[in-house]
Amino acid sequence: MLEIDAIDAGYGRAQVLRQLSLTVRSGEILCLLGRNGAGKTTTMKAVMGLLPLMGGKVTLDGTETSSLPPHEVPRTGIGYIPQGRRLFSGLTVAQNLEIGMRARRSPPQTREQVLELFPRLRERLGQQANTLSGGEQQMLATARALCLRPKALLLDEPTEGLQPTMIEAIRQVIVKMRETGVAVLLVEQRVDAVLSVADRVAFIENGRNGETLPAEALRADHSIVERYVGV
Amino acid sequence: MDFGPYILLASLEGAVTAAVLALTAVGLSLVFGVMRVVNIAHGEFFMLGAVIAWWVAQSMGGHPAVGFAAALVIAPLAVAAIAVAADMTILKRLDYDPERTIVATIGLLYIIQQVTLMTYGPDARPVEAPFDTRLAIPWIERGEGGWQLYWPWGLGTTSYKLAVIGAAGAVLIGVWLLMSRTRIGLVMRATQMDRDMALAFAIPVEKVYALVFGLGAGLAALGAVLIVPIQQAHYLMGADPLLLSFIVVIIGGLGSLPGTVLAAVFIGLSDGIISVFFSPTLAKILATLLVGMVLVFRPQGLFGSRAA
Repeated sequence: MLEIDAIDAGYGRAQVLRQLSLTVRSGEILCLLGRNGAGKTTTMKAVMGLLPLMGGKVTLDGTETSSLPPHEVPRTGIGYIPQGRRLFSGLTVAQNLEIGMRARRSPPQTREQVLELFPRLRERLGQQANTLSGGEQQMLATARALCLRPKALLLDEPTEGLQPTMIEAIRQVIVKMRETGVAVLLVEQRVDAVLSVADRVAFIENGRNGETLPAEALRADHSIVERYVGV
Repeated sequence: MDFGPYILLASLEGAVTAAVLALTAVGLSLVFGVMRVVNIAHGEFFMLGAVIAWWVAQSMGGHPAVGFAAALVIAPLAVAAIAVAADMTILKRLDYDPERTIVATIGLLYIIQQVTLMTYGPDARPVEAPFDTRLAIPWIERGEGGWQLYWPWGLGTTSYKLAVIGAAGAVLIGVWLLMSRTRIGLVMRATQMDRDMALAFAIPVEKVYALVFGLGAGLAALGAVLIVPIQQAHYLMGADPLLLSFIVVIIGGLGSLPGTVLAAVFIGLSDGIISVFFSPTLAKILATLLVGMVLVFRPQGLFGSRAA
């Protein structure tokens, strides 16, 4: 279970997150919805320790990760799939996966399991990451994070700019991760894509918590979504 | 008199310069590439390598080869240790901010230089080469009996100079293997490409930075140990390697190792040839002019890729 407990964070003196709290249970997909600039990506960076917290704490299964140096945060079992993929672009597919494997010294079977989820990557192991198509790059970014055997997975707009078949493939993997008991925190702009996979939806507004609702409630009543993300 | 043998001699002298320059510049390029730190103190690490080599060779006694061999191991390691300490006490505390690290390494330059002046003194001191056989340079000429080899009078090099070229080549291949074939190389390249994502995949970026800074300084020191039997150790000897390294790194493309090596060979050879036939100052003027041209017409360097 990933718990974000009243965190304050920001860039330099500009505070973005104010007393933000979220709880993602194991085997649950929590979707974070909000307008541009509401602090969704900032939340993920703060969880990863890439932004220093000004207050509050983050715990994973009871271990406080926010007191660790940034490179030890992923070792507790948090996989991060950032916006724009951020692959190690000059490295090959295999090398990108190796970096994921080494983060928590995963056994070799993990790599096999991940490659079974993404057979396309197996055909391209020797290829440089920046020569892959957009969808394949997203698969690699996801595969890299899964190589770390995550207990919690942070996905920042994983379907941005992808064609529908790719979106479906990524979605299936997210659902599979939920089945194996991973806590999934998902940031997504496309509300319809979210509602079909999410268990709960948390709204974020100006860096503060909005309502957190079960996804069914939103499927039944779309007006709440309009209030937070409508223009 | 034939022109050819002199060209060959000048190229050999240039190749020695190029070999040492390639080591020094690759060190600078690694530090810039991975850490985005412009290390103005790089020339002083070079100088420290030479001075420590003199000190080690001096205190060893016995056959010159023993002292030199000891210096070849101890000096680069000692300089690397100093660099790692400088990284952890200074650069890390500045968060590797590009501008502030420039100022900090300028300070480091003066500290190292003045401490060397206060302890080692203002003299230039030689280290004896481990072997120094004189070799005459052969040339071919069309004589009465067709093509034949002959040895033009007074033109020669030494076995040591050839060894310097060979040793530098071997070390450069070693660096390339380290970067492309080992896990630590993979980690360094990943850190270079995306620091935040390296952190997000449990790469201890601060340790990688300390290692890279030590490796860069160690390479400069190694270059200095190789050249010190030819050039002598002096507390101001770091200025030229620093300037030439920057020239090479800019021409080759910041952060591109193959580009750096090619540019070092080009600048070293042209420096040798122009110095022999005209003057060393003209060689520096032309090299600096070339940097200006590269910056105007191809800012990413001849072999660099434009930053995304």
